[in-house]
Amino acid sequence: MGFDIRMPIGMLFSLFGILLIGYGAATRGSEMYAEHSLGVNMNLWWGVVLLAFGLVMLALTRLRRKQVPAPGDQKRGDTDIHHG
Amino acid sequence: MRPEPHLIDYAIILLYFAFVLGIGFVLKKYMKTSTDFFLSGRSIPAWIAGLAFLSANLGAQEVIGMGASGAKYGISTSHFYWIGAVPAMLFVGIFMMPFYYGSRARSVPEYLKLRFDEKTRGFNAISFAVMTVFSSGVSMYAMGKLLQLLLGWNFTAAILISALIVLAYTFLGGLTSAIYNEVLQFFLIVMGFIPLVYLGLRDVGGWDGLKVRIANDAMVHSWKYMGHSSANPMGVEWFGMLMGLAFVLSFGYWCTDFLVVQRAMAADSMTAARRTPVIAAFPKMIFPFLVILPGMIAGVVTSSKMHGVDAKESVVAGTAAQSSFFTGGKGIIPPKYDAAGKPVLVGGKPVLDYDLATPMMLVRYFPSGLLGLGLCALIASFMSGMAGNTTAFNTVWTYDIYQSYINKTASDQHYLWMGRASTIFGLAISLMAAYVAKEFNNILDVLQLVFAFVNAPLFATFMLGMFWKRTTGHGAFWGLLGGTVAAAAHYGLTLPAGAVAGVKGGYLGPILHVYPSEMAQNFWTAIFAWVGCFTLTVVISLLTTPRPEQELKGLVYSLTAKPEEGGLKWYQKPATLALIVVVLLVGLNLVFW
Repeated sequence: MGFDIRMPIGMLFSLFGILLIGYGAATRGSEMYAEHSLGVNMNLWWGVVLLAFGLVMLALTRLRRKQVPAPGDQKRGDTDIHHG
Repeated sequence: MRPEPHLIDYAIILLYFAFVLGIGFVLKKYMKTSTDFFLSGRSIPAWIAGLAFLSANLGAQEVIGMGASGAKYGISTSHFYWIGAVPAMLFVGIFMMPFYYGSRARSVPEYLKLRFDEKTRGFNAISFAVMTVFSSGVSMYAMGKLLQLLLGWNFTAAILISALIVLAYTFLGGLTSAIYNEVLQFFLIVMGFIPLVYLGLRDVGGWDGLKVRIANDAMVHSWKYMGHSSANPMGVEWFGMLMGLAFVLSFGYWCTDFLVVQRAMAADSMTAARRTPVIAAFPKMIFPFLVILPGMIAGVVTSSKMHGVDAKESVVAGTAAQSSFFTGGKGIIPPKYDAAGKPVLVGGKPVLDYDLATPMMLVRYFPSGLLGLGLCALIASFMSGMAGNTTAFNTVWTYDIYQSYINKTASDQHYLWMGRASTIFGLAISLMAAYVAKEFNNILDVLQLVFAFVNAPLFATFMLGMFWKRTTGHGAFWGLLGGTVAAAAHYGLTLPAGAVAGVKGGYLGPILHVYPSEMAQNFWTAIFAWVGCFTLTVVISLLTTPRPEQELKGLVYSLTAKPEEGGLKWYQKPATLALIVVVLLVGLNLVFW
């Protein structure tokens, strides 16, 4: 199947990261960080982590496209047998 | 304490919805045959099937329930993982998958048909189908209630929107769509809960600080107080824990429940199918830290520390009802309120609403922005559970009920159509069940009790079926029935301490034994069911004629060739991976002893 789930995961988490970084940067020094997250601007920091995770997933997607299928796993290759 | 999500939080949630639906639309074009729809064409790589295996079970009951249990019982809750789920997952992968996958059965009930007979399949298929749609409904109800309470969202809107999204993506892309979305949801839940645990632990001063604040040694040790049921908050001793929770309930669930086994059956090879639960076991080992710790922390922190003072009042918006939200609560866990808005009292003390422990942690530690991610993680867990139920239901309905009893000779396209149709009516019944739960809480309590009785003996049947070739169809069927009756009888003759006869047990009249806790009663009910089923199956099997060995090839351990593992690298071998998990597992149990 030509569908790699890592691509949408990478895209979604990158977008989440960008959103949180942007929002975190815009709300620097806001009282809500003192109120909730112990004074840490968690939006900014966790946004960076999410973006990094998203980019790794996207990189893995690109890597696989260049790769030939790895040997080792014997496929049964009988997916076309249907019951009933 | 009601938070006000901002635009950014809604943006995050909407973005997630868009991706989930997008995956369904993209996968629609791959759904050509019923095998594609119900079994993903047996084409899923092991790591994806593994994460889906984990995620399908990671419904609301797991995330919310384990947090609640953490708040109530502390780190002993890890037994559900470290002696329960994880060993069971290794067992199903290493020892049982060769028969599930190798027999080419399309569902767990169908395996029962191949191994035993029609009536055993029918019993399992019908009880499973009814159970899945109703538990999906219970889960929907829990979600609607939670979002209503937490965010003031409309109950109907909340469950309708999430049900429609799940319907859309499972209708379009079948099991493949559910599996791929489960992988997405897995990462979302992990990435949404890590910052919660980080902030919570940082606030209480790490694990050592948490131990000091909890100030109850029995809540921070998993085994030390298991010697006697009166010594630990669960009210269970080590034998009930090992036999009841680990051996009967956990093995029964992970090894026989089609909801999870279906993910492994969709794997692209025998090795991948066997590796699926083993791969899932790795993150499963870590999950106690993500779902139990927040609950434990919730019991010991204060609601907010704005400007250095306890700012409870300023966070709680206006009205009198809300400002008294925490009166009588513990930490940030509020007391339970009845329909009239009064705290529920037992013996003069308020009952805590432990199910709110984890959601309250989100509200407490996540600023707007991160809150969107946290809510997304919560909604993702609801959806993955719902989709898991939906795909398992439509498969069992179509193959094991519709094709077996109603319409045996239709074309493959017709069964594909029926799969889609049953996705719709399955979810519709679940929605109705959610409303029944809202109006008549007790009806569903009773139903869940019945399901527990039906499920408890299952592992005995599968174990005997797979590892003892002498087991017969009559033995299996009557054993299952007998086990169910044994469970109902044991439950009906015992009570947990402090409960009145009724849905909590004791309905048969005489009370022969009083357990220290509901959990102990449940574990022992399972033990009785298992022993009853095991004994009866063995006795009846010995009295009836076994099937010729020729027919049992590929279905029973002693008559099946060992899975071929030559040519695999060490990290691809299921057994090697399982061994690594066992070593880590022993370590975790010792660290938190």
